[in-house]
Amino acid sequence: MTNALTLTDVNVTIKGSHILQGVNFEIEAGVVTGLLGRNGVGKSTTLRSIVGLVPRVGSINLFGEEISGLRTHEVIRAGVAFVPEDREIFASLTVAENLKLAERDKNPDYDTVHQLFPELLQRKNQRAGTLSGGQQQMVAVARALLNKTRLLLVDEPTKGLAPKLVTEVAAALEIAAQATTILLVEQNLPLVKRVAKNIIVMDQGVVVHNGTPAELADADFAKRMLGVSGGSH
Amino acid sequence: MEIFITLFITGVGLGALYFLVASGLSLIYGLMGVLNFAHGAFLTAGAYAAWYFTTEVRADGSLTSYAISLVLSGLVGAIFAVATEQLLIKHLYDRHIDQALVTVGLGLVAVSAYLGWFGSDPLIALPPTQLYDVVQIGDAFVGIDRFLYITVAGLVLLANFLMLRYTRIGLVIRAGVENRAMVTALGIDVRKAFTFVFFIGGFAAGLGGALATTYASGVGPTLGDAFLIYAFITVVIGGMGSIPGTAIAAVIVGTTQVLVNYYVQGLGDFVVVLLLAVVLLTRPQGLLGKVAH
Repeated sequence: MTNALTLTDVNVTIKGSHILQGVNFEIEAGVVTGLLGRNGVGKSTTLRSIVGLVPRVGSINLFGEEISGLRTHEVIRAGVAFVPEDREIFASLTVAENLKLAERDKNPDYDTVHQLFPELLQRKNQRAGTLSGGQQQMVAVARALLNKTRLLLVDEPTKGLAPKLVTEVAAALEIAAQATTILLVEQNLPLVKRVAKNIIVMDQGVVVHNGTPAELADADFAKRMLGVSGGSH
Repeated sequence: MEIFITLFITGVGLGALYFLVASGLSLIYGLMGVLNFAHGAFLTAGAYAAWYFTTEVRADGSLTSYAISLVLSGLVGAIFAVATEQLLIKHLYDRHIDQALVTVGLGLVAVSAYLGWFGSDPLIALPPTQLYDVVQIGDAFVGIDRFLYITVAGLVLLANFLMLRYTRIGLVIRAGVENRAMVTALGIDVRKAFTFVFFIGGFAAGLGGALATTYASGVGPTLGDAFLIYAFITVVIGGMGSIPGTAIAAVIVGTTQVLVNYYVQGLGDFVVVLLLAVVLLTRPQGLLGKVAH
């Protein structure tokens, strides 16, 4: 088994709050790993620390290369793509401009993007700020799929989406998973069970469990680790 | 009516000069969050460069020499601005109070340096005599230099528009004004855009300095500071980061100042500040600015 990403004793302190308190985990290359936990335990901060959007200390190793000292754009160019929570699309730019901005490869993969999200092609000249939440999520995911990546970090892609759109996003993630490693922060446990091979559970800024999605079927486990029922979400 | 026309066009001309300073300020703040109090020093540097070139290097009073001096002044302003960004601002990103303090300090040091090098008395510029001509509009006579300011500012506005709309760096700047962190999260080194914005902002300020020597009939150490105050007001009224907003606000500020100063003597500056207060109270993001998130 090859590790795509290894975090060793990663700490993040923001405005005096010690948010990540020594995070350690490894994720396997070529599969989807779910990063789970209650709200506020540090999942999003973990993703942001990997790409350098928050000041961090500790070791972050990407396919054998230490990236903790790199600036954000250098981490991305090392082969990481990031789909942030709340999409963070550029509202004043058109859909086409949002995608163009994300182009890094000489031949960006618009075929896959348009195949997955044909609506974006129809709305290419529309300002992204006028799109629905689901359409904005499509733009956010599409930006990450345009380039060849070695690791895709996705932060709550189905948050606030209608069930139909959740299915579309899940399909997009499954297609992306065929070509890259994915670390997925997600509260939707059925989705995690469907796409993830491994799960990592965090609590209070540290990793408290490494396991498989099958464990989420255990109601006691889901309640204890995530504060939810494993079967109903 | 003829007086109104003359004053109005003079006000638009003054607004054009404000725009040249304010456009750079606006982009720099919008993209980087830097309140650049040294921007007036870029204008003064451009003004001195124009004065030196047209009085010492090519003092023939020709339009060609004047045109060269405009470009040269822009370059002097741009080089000063890039040096400021590379040597000072670059090391203080995300430390906005430190950046403001450093630029205030640089502005003060620059004024002292200009004072030491050139003295306190305004140095008289020698623009081509054609710029002292007037054109007749109806019964009104308007100085031709006013149209030069408006034309140059219009060209800068057009160049900014084309750059922002149709180039990759323009796309990065527009996105960066909205969400700088996310631009870097797409693999883009946004600091290159920072340097570029300082370059174009410094160029426009230097160009404005050269024109301001004509408007003010000379250059002194505090020429830039006088324009900087109104440029800041222009940026706030127009909306931080919005070039069209800055252009509209520049015309409003320039014309208000000139017209009110004529019809209600001495109250022009006060009314401009009043206008600023009204905008801040009723539309804090400015005319075309976006609400900060």
